[in-house]
Amino acid sequence: MRWLMADKGGLVMLAVLAVVVIVVPLANLVIPPDSALHVSTYTVTLLGKYLCYAVLALALDLVWGYCGVLSLGHGAFFALGGYAMGMYLMRQIGERGVYGHPVLPDFMVFLDWQALPWYWYGFDMFWFAVLMVALVPGLLAFVFGWLAFRSRVTGVYLSIITQALTYALMLAFFRNEMGFGGNNGLTDFKDLLGFDLQADATRVALFLSSALLLALAYLACRAVVGSRLGRVVVAVRDAENRARFLGYRVEYFKLWVFTFSAVLAGLAGALYVPQVGIINPGEFQPLNSIELVIWVAVGGRGTLWGAAAGAVLVNYAKTSFTAVLPEVWLFALGALFVLSTLLLPRGLAGLLRRRGGAS
Amino acid sequence: MVLCTLLAGAATQAAERSEGFAADLAALAASGFDDMDAVVERIASSDHARAVPVMQALLDGRLYRRKSDDRVVIVADAEAGYVLTDAVDGAELGTVSRRKVKRINVNNQLRSLLRGLIARAALASADPARRLAAVEAMSGQLDADARDLLAERATQEEDARVREAISVAIAIFDLENGDAARRDAAIDTLRGSLDPVARGRLAVLAEDDTAPRETRRAAASALASIEQRIALYELAQTIFFGLSMGSVLVLAAIGLAITFGVMGVINMAHGELIMLGAYTTYVVQLAMPEHLGWSLAVAVPAAFLVAALTGIAIERGVIRFLYGRPLETLLATFGVSLVLQQAVRTIFSPLNRSVATPEWMSGSIEINAVFALTWNRLTIMLFMLVVFALLMAVLRYTRLGLEVRAVAQNRAMARAIGVRGNRVDALTFGLGSGIAGVAGVALSQLTNVGPNLGQAYIVDSFMVVVFGGVGNLWGTLLAGLGLGVANKFLEPWAGAVMAKILVLVFIIVFIQKRPRGLFPQRGRAAEG
Repeated sequence: MRWLMADKGGLVMLAVLAVVVIVVPLANLVIPPDSALHVSTYTVTLLGKYLCYAVLALALDLVWGYCGVLSLGHGAFFALGGYAMGMYLMRQIGERGVYGHPVLPDFMVFLDWQALPWYWYGFDMFWFAVLMVALVPGLLAFVFGWLAFRSRVTGVYLSIITQALTYALMLAFFRNEMGFGGNNGLTDFKDLLGFDLQADATRVALFLSSALLLALAYLACRAVVGSRLGRVVVAVRDAENRARFLGYRVEYFKLWVFTFSAVLAGLAGALYVPQVGIINPGEFQPLNSIELVIWVAVGGRGTLWGAAAGAVLVNYAKTSFTAVLPEVWLFALGALFVLSTLLLPRGLAGLLRRRGGAS
Repeated sequence: MVLCTLLAGAATQAAERSEGFAADLAALAASGFDDMDAVVERIASSDHARAVPVMQALLDGRLYRRKSDDRVVIVADAEAGYVLTDAVDGAELGTVSRRKVKRINVNNQLRSLLRGLIARAALASADPARRLAAVEAMSGQLDADARDLLAERATQEEDARVREAISVAIAIFDLENGDAARRDAAIDTLRGSLDPVARGRLAVLAEDDTAPRETRRAAASALASIEQRIALYELAQTIFFGLSMGSVLVLAAIGLAITFGVMGVINMAHGELIMLGAYTTYVVQLAMPEHLGWSLAVAVPAAFLVAALTGIAIERGVIRFLYGRPLETLLATFGVSLVLQQAVRTIFSPLNRSVATPEWMSGSIEINAVFALTWNRLTIMLFMLVVFALLMAVLRYTRLGLEVRAVAQNRAMARAIGVRGNRVDALTFGLGSGIAGVAGVALSQLTNVGPNLGQAYIVDSFMVVVFGGVGNLWGTLLAGLGLGVANKFLEPWAGAVMAKILVLVFIIVFIQKRPRGLFPQRGRAAEG
């Protein structure tokens, strides 16, 4: 527990999270809608979305900030987790779809498919879907990482092929023949584990789950980073060859962290989908993955809590900008990229740290 | 004097001919079906310039007689009746109501006579293209008379393509109607012909149980040889498409090969520099709408300048602070790309803009029915080669090129011997960016010009550069062309999107195997 005590930023983050978790549900469910203190369900869902993004940012910070692997394809793992959850939600619709087919989702009936493809089997069971949420991104990351790290693809090359990975997946998921709803993706979800997705209580429960996931993910990442393995990983980041010559199998350490991070991203995606109510191939866009990198960069990489804070801050800025001046947002985002790399190489966390002295 | 007499003579002759022609037309309007044959023959042999249009109009049922003055006219449908044209001299006679004119009717016998006469007239035309069109129109629906006409024509035909078309047309006729000897000769003629009608008829003959065995076998073998030729030409066509797609890839990637390959700078805004080039083309065409043919010639240097200046600004403003930190460079230039995209969206609207293709670039060279080379693709291939050659020349023979290579190999050493590193960096980056702009001009001829144009090419461009081997322009050239051809070969059995995915997966696996590309740099430069 000593590592947790020494981690001031993390403690602050967890404390803020605890306050939010208590205040927001109360403000939504107990305080009447006409009161000024009432928090609308829309806001609850929005916050839940930010928290999912924060988990995703944690996952990226783990590989980028601590392992030095800049993945431009983490959005792919997020989206894969989302699709696994989306498939479960799709199967839950059952006969309530537009075409009323008991097994086939609407888009399959529309495409005149006769039977469920084999990879849709099992998704009517929640435990199976959850297993896939972790397993599919994890497996992809494992195979991809194994190939990449073993042949010592590093630095920018690795970034570019991770980008190609998510780009290829995007093209593939856009195809109707893939059986994932093509262009439109999966949507029109009705309920999760029998709870109506439109109900306020379900929304709040999803928000709480996201907060819980963030807290657990943070503790897990902190534990990984603080462990002996975490120290080796940092050594790999700072001097890969030296670590290798000291006798560490560098590629195994990287692979482990990369896979763990992908699973985390998948979990974030799985909680994201029921809250936004849709998952489509757009989530695989290289732009999404790069935007994610900027959350981490703005927050401060290699701090974990900085990444989570960065995700919430940048997304809050995005929401407010796109509501008022939609065309300015891309200018702002672009400027954020340039300025944060030029002026704030350590992010906001680095700024705070400089102010408060070394911690 | 002699000339004058000659001219006057010719004029009188023409006038006389014209009068005879007009008289024949009047007779046409007045006579019954039986006499019309003779009149039509007379018109056809009159050699008058309007003979063919008049016969065509008669065949189409557009030849009328004006009731008021019995003048023979050609009509065209208009909203309020018919637009009349004088049959003799082609003069416009205005629009009249449908009641004021009477159609000159023809029967089937006359129709087939007219068809033969028109074809014959077209065959006698001085323009080889019109003769070819006439033969091709007749092919597959000959009768015995037309066959003889064609056979006679073939002996005096000078144009090889028309002669070839005639022999195919005759052979197709002989396949069905000729005696055994003629049929065998016809099969021989059709061996290797790409005419679709010929192919169909041969296939029928090869399956025909009533035909002698030898003939059927000959037909089948001729058919096989045709299929083989078609496969060959289709292969050539695929390679051509592949090379043209490859050229686009090379054009898009070659600027990156300079900035990324030689300087080691990851420029995610490269695609947007291409886009700027494409928009420059659009603006140039807006500025000079009446000289579309020249617009590209102006657009190429303009796009080079615009993109190069933008590139230099990016280098001076952002990248130079980030040398040696590739991941940060990647992020910062990505930010720049977002800003550029949004700027274009704000200035030109988010909708696609259409860039016109000059006339000299449209159309195609048709080698035969299966194989055609389109001009715009050919031009872009040539353009790519020119750009590539120029770039190589700049790098190899100019002082700037020498300095670029020196800085790329060993920055500290180059500076120590007096190369101004900063200036070289800026100029190199400008060069790479300018080439991206030039690529944009080429792309504007192939795809829609929109703010997202660059994004579509950035991943591909990086793939090409990495696949070819960083820092190796020849590698970029081969990798781009190779990937283009591979893509086009995969497309037929995998679909366009799947082909792209397969190529991407292939490159991802390839980089695992050979992390430094097809042609890795050797020696000290490879260590960085």
